[in-house]
Amino acid sequence: MTDMDEGTETDPPAAASTANDGTAGWFAGLTDGTDPDAAAERVRMGSATAPRDWPSIAVDEEVVDSRAAYYDRLHAVTTAATRSAVRERERADDQQLVHAVRAMDDCERLANELAERVAAWAGSRFPSSSPGIAGARALATEDPTDELDRRVVSLATQVSEIADQRDALEATIEQTAPAVAPNLAAMAGATLAARLIALAGGLESLAKKPAGTVQVLGAEDALFAHLAGRAPSPKHGVIYTHEFVRGTRPDDRGSAARALAGKLALAARVDHYSGVYRESLHDDLRERMATIRARAEEERDENDETHGGAA
Amino acid sequence: MSDPTLPTGVERRPFDGAPRLATRGPPVYGEPTDGEWRAWDPTRSKLGGMLELGVETGLTGGETVLYLGAAAGTTVSHVADFAGPTYAVEFAPRPARELVAAAEPRERLFPLLKDARRPTTYAHVVESNVDVVIQDVATRGQATVANRNAAFLADDGRLVLAIKARSEDVTADPETVYADVLAELETTYEVLETTPLDRFHADHLGVVATPR
Repeated sequence: MTDMDEGTETDPPAAASTANDGTAGWFAGLTDGTDPDAAAERVRMGSATAPRDWPSIAVDEEVVDSRAAYYDRLHAVTTAATRSAVRERERADDQQLVHAVRAMDDCERLANELAERVAAWAGSRFPSSSPGIAGARALATEDPTDELDRRVVSLATQVSEIADQRDALEATIEQTAPAVAPNLAAMAGATLAARLIALAGGLESLAKKPAGTVQVLGAEDALFAHLAGRAPSPKHGVIYTHEFVRGTRPDDRGSAARALAGKLALAARVDHYSGVYRESLHDDLRERMATIRARAEEERDENDETHGGAA
Repeated sequence: MSDPTLPTGVERRPFDGAPRLATRGPPVYGEPTDGEWRAWDPTRSKLGGMLELGVETGLTGGETVLYLGAAAGTTVSHVADFAGPTYAVEFAPRPARELVAAAEPRERLFPLLKDARRPTTYAHVVESNVDVVIQDVATRGQATVANRNAAFLADDGRLVLAIKARSEDVTADPETVYADVLAELETTYEVLETTPLDRFHADHLGVVATPR
């Protein structure tokens, strides 16, 4: 018997399990006449610190007459909850994601700019203040003593709130992107997936772009400079932030960016036209990246032998 | 017909002349059917592959099951056909829609749109002391997921796990990946049996374990 089981046996049933202390089941406080939507909402949003023998507890608390009735009810509630959760996640469309990622970028830029101003100002008034958003967050907890201090602290509080807003938007993107574009989000990560969709103007237009365009999305300035004959062709746009590109040595980054962009373009097409997660797409990319990176390792091994470990 | 390692409710039955694993229930994914029996394709289901290979999963029929990584319900629908109450956890919304469709005609299959890496988000629904946890998640950290979900498992219960080497690290040798995953599993479980599933699923290792 584990600790949790002992807890189940000794806890007084009804009173304890209605309290919101992580020991209550989804059915706590819901009797037969209760709105079924409320039960589905509990299943979706609720939580517990540990599982318990919920069927027995539900019978003991007289929520249901029998274990069979418990499971009948659980079936109705979980299918309803999951159906509505799926519908809600699917309703989140690509344009919502575009708004969210642009708002996140705005918040980030704004927070950084204001934090710089706060740091410049605070340096003259709070000797212990440090730069950046972390500095502004620390400053926001200070107790201002005069009018000027009050302005600085108030501004720092705003920075902290905008930075919170940015983090909340990122969390929303993390949740929404896998529903909008499951393959793209799995391959690129939620934020980069959202950024690519935003740069293309939507999932459909991203799906219609050739891989070469996906590779340089976000590097338009460099691309047009190249087309005007003033610069070499850009190797990568925003996909630079992807580990497969950034974590590859500079000599192979062009290859890595090209391989990644090719698979991202395919992922966007699968997401737009079918919407089903396709594992083989991801396996292919991982294999391709392993091959590209193996080149560096081979050469490093050779270098190790001749130069004693110089990178 | 009677095979000692097959749970009650799973049988080898002839489909187009060749014997195939089958369970009784409404069809889910266009699989061949014979009356109320429907074929269980071992190349589409890791658990199906393990049963086909004679792995002793500890599944006997009628038990309570927590299934992690249910996807569109291909495998978990077969499990619900022969098991008792079956909780099916899946994180991605699109396959979960098909999972709900598979669950609708199965009174003891409970679909949950949850992240298997965060058991507290479904511990208020899934009961304690389940007999078997079946795990087929294609993410990095498969041992971590199994360890975190050990809280649901009865002391003498079974973890039936398919380790996908390429989800952990595609560049590493599968044998190295299996060793790492098994080492992490052994902090929480005692591993009873491991079987390569390569005949049906490349670079997958079937594992049966019990809580320490």
